[in-house]
Amino acid sequence: MSEANYREIIWNGLWKNNAGIVALLGLCPLLAVSTSVVNGVGLGIATVLVMAFSNGIVSLARSWIPREIRIPVYILIIAVLVTIIDLSMNAFVQPLYLVLGIFVPLIVVNCNVLGRAEAFASKNAVFPSMVDGFMVGLGLTLTLAVLGGMREILGKGTLLSGIDLAFGASAKSWIITVIPDYHGFLLAILPPGAFIGLGLLIAGKNWLDQRKSARVEPAQASQAATAAA
Amino acid sequence: MSIYTRHSTKLAMVLAAFALVGTSMLAVTFEATRDNIAASEKKAKLALIAQILPPALYDNDIIRDAADLPAVPELGTAEPTLAYRALKDGKPVAVVLEAIAPDGYAGKIKLLIAIKSNGEISGVRVVTHKETPGLGDYIEIAKSNWIKVFDGTSLEKYPSNEWKVKKDGGQFDYMTGATITPRAVVKAVHKVLVWYSANHEKLFSLAGTGATT
Repeated sequence: MSEANYREIIWNGLWKNNAGIVALLGLCPLLAVSTSVVNGVGLGIATVLVMAFSNGIVSLARSWIPREIRIPVYILIIAVLVTIIDLSMNAFVQPLYLVLGIFVPLIVVNCNVLGRAEAFASKNAVFPSMVDGFMVGLGLTLTLAVLGGMREILGKGTLLSGIDLAFGASAKSWIITVIPDYHGFLLAILPPGAFIGLGLLIAGKNWLDQRKSARVEPAQASQAATAAA
Repeated sequence: MSIYTRHSTKLAMVLAAFALVGTSMLAVTFEATRDNIAASEKKAKLALIAQILPPALYDNDIIRDAADLPAVPELGTAEPTLAYRALKDGKPVAVVLEAIAPDGYAGKIKLLIAIKSNGEISGVRVVTHKETPGLGDYIEIAKSNWIKVFDGTSLEKYPSNEWKVKKDGGQFDYMTGATITPRAVVKAVHKVLVWYSANHEKLFSLAGTGATT
């Protein structure tokens, strides 16, 4: 792994292969939790932690894992890691656990973690694997934050509601009322809002990518559009 | 044939080794965190109880002195719950009961209710619910102060037919658009009060689950 490839890892994780809007992995927690910015970022941070460490451990153990049984071993490693993080957070950083605690068990069912273990960590050295896990997790966090923001503004007319649960009652003043006297738009908060919002995000990303490729290579624009579709 | 058998045996042993290492790591973590987790869970429970029953009112270890309560249909509970008994100088001052309103808009609403010895409600909190976000979730203290309408109420204060939301001719406020949720909570709280008035002496004679007092 050469130095230049870190740039690619970062670009892949954050944009090109974004877990939420390109790879479309781990949709179950993504759709369930993205009702507000604070919830979305909460799940995102927990995922970043788990993915960085699970990729690191899988990479560390990769020479001892026979190909035939690699999947059960990865699942074992991830389950052990998530449980250890869950227990340790509960015991030693209780305030953080009260905020992120409900998200941590959700990560076990997030196939991004298994996906990156198989696709990246099983073939690469420890440090690049950790960077990859961190970046893919961060990409997911960005998607969650944007989707959470969209749903929260549309559904409740606010931003950052619930932040007081993370930073104490004084943080209540950080809540931004985007639309005063808003009566709420329930569809955005309920599960259909998550699917519609995610669809809009995917469309938005494809549009940006197409516009970029159209600018760089005007001649091949139509070809890129076909590929993106 | 034997080469495959040998290979399979090797794979099984590798998998077993990973399982063994993983299990031991979990066991070590569990042991290392157990006391801390128990302490923080107790703290969280005490903090929740403190919201509905001022700690100055009692002087016993309310968690240790909790009594096992079998499932009670009047409380809506289908499984044994805990009854937290508050004592001052050995005399009963209040009890904190877990109850379930079975008929919320989206299923069960779990409540924690503190009742003083004179039958007056000290406070009610919703512990878990699945009511519609932004509509029925105002029963949560994090969303609104609605749940405090019960503070200081009792069976003496309102006769049984007034334990309803105002829309149904009762005493309790509700928010337009979500009547089913508060209706369920009011009904459940009323049922708990009725059950308590018939059983409060029995509650304090139950043995505690913790160390003997």
